[in-house]
Amino acid sequence: MKEYFSNIWVGLSTIAIGMKVTFKHLFVPAVTIQYPNVRVELPERERNRLYVNMDDCIGCDQCSRACPVSCIEIETVKGLPTEDLGKTSNGKKKALWVTKFNIDFAKCCYCQLCVFPCPTECIYMTDVYEFSEFQRNNLIYDFVTLTPEEREQKKLNYQKFEAEKAAKKPVTPAAEIKAEVKVKTETPPTSSDNSQQSNLKEPGENKGS
Amino acid sequence: MMYDFFVDLLGNEILAAIVTGVPPLVFILVFVLFAVWLERKVSAHMQDRLGPMRTGWHGYLQTIADLIKLIQKEDISASANDKPLFNLAPVLVFAGTYAAFAAIPFSSYYIGSNLDLGIFFIIGISGLVVAGILMAGWSSNNKYSMLGAMRSAAQIISYEIPTIIVVLTVVMITRTLNLHTLSEMQTGYFWNWMIFGGPTAGLEKFLLIPLMFIGFLIIYTSMLAEVNRTPFDIPEAESELVSGYHTEYSGMKFAMFFLAEYANMFAVSAIVSALFLGGYQSPIGYLGNLFDAPWLIPVEQFFWFTAKGTFFVFVQMWLRWTLPRLRVDQLMALCWKYLIPIAFINLIIVGLITVL
Repeated sequence: MKEYFSNIWVGLSTIAIGMKVTFKHLFVPAVTIQYPNVRVELPERERNRLYVNMDDCIGCDQCSRACPVSCIEIETVKGLPTEDLGKTSNGKKKALWVTKFNIDFAKCCYCQLCVFPCPTECIYMTDVYEFSEFQRNNLIYDFVTLTPEEREQKKLNYQKFEAEKAAKKPVTPAAEIKAEVKVKTETPPTSSDNSQQSNLKEPGENKGS
Repeated sequence: MMYDFFVDLLGNEILAAIVTGVPPLVFILVFVLFAVWLERKVSAHMQDRLGPMRTGWHGYLQTIADLIKLIQKEDISASANDKPLFNLAPVLVFAGTYAAFAAIPFSSYYIGSNLDLGIFFIIGISGLVVAGILMAGWSSNNKYSMLGAMRSAAQIISYEIPTIIVVLTVVMITRTLNLHTLSEMQTGYFWNWMIFGGPTAGLEKFLLIPLMFIGFLIIYTSMLAEVNRTPFDIPEAESELVSGYHTEYSGMKFAMFFLAEYANMFAVSAIVSALFLGGYQSPIGYLGNLFDAPWLIPVEQFFWFTAKGTFFVFVQMWLRWTLPRLRVDQLMALCWKYLIPIAFINLIIVGLITVL
């Protein structure tokens, strides 16, 4: 009999306790974040989409070699001795035209291993994490700032230069330089050209509010 | 009341009966739209979430969006279903619930039919729901649906006993089954409500308060079980039976079960408030009396009635998101070992008090 009444008491009192807890939670601010409208502040070292600042890239290929999934593809062409490719922001002289710098974000595992070897700190992680695509091909990002024609031109220039060097001996250097200058005026180096691929965003553009 | 009014107005009994059916239906639909939204918001906020937020201000149009989705859905019925019963079941479940609204006094003027057997009619007609649920479970030809329906029937029939006993205790004091008269007896201020002893006075009232409070707890618990809400939702126990008797239903037929469930929640809360909390009577007097505007009183009464009903619906939701589900044996033990004996003892004591 005693157990019977204690059962009733325990039942009712524990219900009351439980209801008190849930009622308190009714007024606890929700932890939900209204995602597309409100975004969480990302941690400082968050790893998201990579960005390559081609102004600083010297085409050393170290990032590509560090990549565990081989998602970075780099092709370079030597610059001609007469060409001035400019300097990187930390004073290194650029010697190579980067004619191909593709990162396949479908393969990328966001490990950040490519970031550390870079001697000029031109490849780094941004805070952009919304770049889904319907076509997997669209995830291959082309970071090279040269136009396709310019890339062909650079390759051609170098081949020509090599060919000329092979048959060099009798050729007067002055004439050659003249020819090179002509080529150069036709296709100015685009280190100052900021036109980028449409799907490339500057870091920080998508920063959460 | 409303029926008599429409008979006078239209001069035709059949037409009046049809017209009388419209306001409760409108009320049910509006209330269900609100209650489903409320349920989602209450459950979300109790779990520190936000719930629907996209459709309108804090998602208040979410139910309408869901309704549109349900209307668009394909009406699937499996080849092994018992078609006539399968199609009839949701209608029957809703009809049972809807019929109960006929005798619920929303205000002194807004009561579908002023039956002398009001509360008896409501309890009786609610039995249709059991038949509908059993039909749904059987005709689905699905073992989970069948189990859910069996459990539901066992549960509803068991829990009708304490409900009826507690109703009897109230009726012994008021000496009427008419819900309108019952509400009128509880007029005045809140200390005239049945939970505070009703319109009795002196020692009798003092003695009745604890007994009526016990009766209120019993009837609320058993009513909760009758509408299959958590912690008594074993007929639809998601973790065991997919979703019980309406597993096989889709589209509008499912919507009818849903509608019936939420309408039932209100009907039950309305009965509890009509029996114990003064029905449509205001706890603190009427503005209509204060400003000498008699037309205001029924409006206020309607407000108080829906407020009480909605409050108890809220408590049902509150309990749902607080308590875990009972086991079948616990469910039966609660009913037969606790609620029924206590309700009987309560009945006897109240009977002695009223006789003496």
